[in-house]
Amino acid sequence: MDGLKYAESHEWVKHEGPVATIGITDHAQDHLGEVVFVELPEPGGSVSKGKGFGAVESVKATSDINSPISGEIVEVNSKLTETPGLINSSPYEGGWMIKVKPGSPSELESLMGPKEYTKFCEEEDASH
Amino acid sequence: MLIPQTKNIGLPLMNLMRFKGLPILQQLHIEEQLLRTSSENWCIVNDGTNDPTIVMGVSGKPAELLEIESVLDDQVPVIRRFTGGGTVIVDHGTVFVTFICNKEAVPNLQPYPRPIMSWSSSLYSKVFQGIGDFHLRENDYVFGNHKFGGNAQSITKNRWIHHTSFLWDFNVQNMSYLKHPKRAPAYR
Repeated sequence: MDGLKYAESHEWVKHEGPVATIGITDHAQDHLGEVVFVELPEPGGSVSKGKGFGAVESVKATSDINSPISGEIVEVNSKLTETPGLINSSPYEGGWMIKVKPGSPSELESLMGPKEYTKFCEEEDASH
Repeated sequence: MLIPQTKNIGLPLMNLMRFKGLPILQQLHIEEQLLRTSSENWCIVNDGTNDPTIVMGVSGKPAELLEIESVLDDQVPVIRRFTGGGTVIVDHGTVFVTFICNKEAVPNLQPYPRPIMSWSSSLYSKVFQGIGDFHLRENDYVFGNHKFGGNAQSITKNRWIHHTSFLWDFNVQNMSYLKHPKRAPAYR
């Protein structure tokens, strides 16, 4: 998806003005399987680059979700409580997870762009 | 200490911990601690736990999955574990086997639920060879059509855990504390 940046742990970030939206990629949701439960933090908390902030459950497994950037959580997608499947059906739109006020905008520069991420996924899948 | 020849072995080198009758809450504490703070691979085998205990997955809702009145009347402990999956009631007849690995521990294994389960089921196929018609069926370990254990997983950034409670023996009456889940594989 254009306009997004990506982490090697398969989360995406969309930076618009003062807020960055975070979710997991289509590659991730496809490999995870049907998501049946999402554990998210409360607004007002903080996230750190590379550290876990929540988890999803699919196929009897909880999988940690790691934040691509650091910052303060300003909003959490409450629709995921009732409809966790949005992560599968709409990973970049309805399945967004948290919105963050970035603490260090330069962190975005070290993330991958769309073409780089596509290549990363192809190489990862090919090597397994 | 890593012996040089181990580089040539296909399977991960693991530290083995064996217990008998370790309380399941304590086992789960040890597992989560090893998953999140250790950098080594582990295999834990616990032969039975002490008193009958209900263990629920991370998202389990007691009202939907338990006969709450009976559970309260009989004071059956209920634990919520950190892995996914369903609800089990475990006791001295349950054998627990757990694998905790770094994501590079198994060559060519992607750290996602289905590949991990595929690896574990191929390992258990060797364990149960000749004993029964063992296979992985809709994410359950079965002999033929009979599920004989519950399994679940948790995957962090660099590590994963796959743990199983095998019903070596079980008290049929204890099963009455549990309700059938709303969504269950058709074969059951």
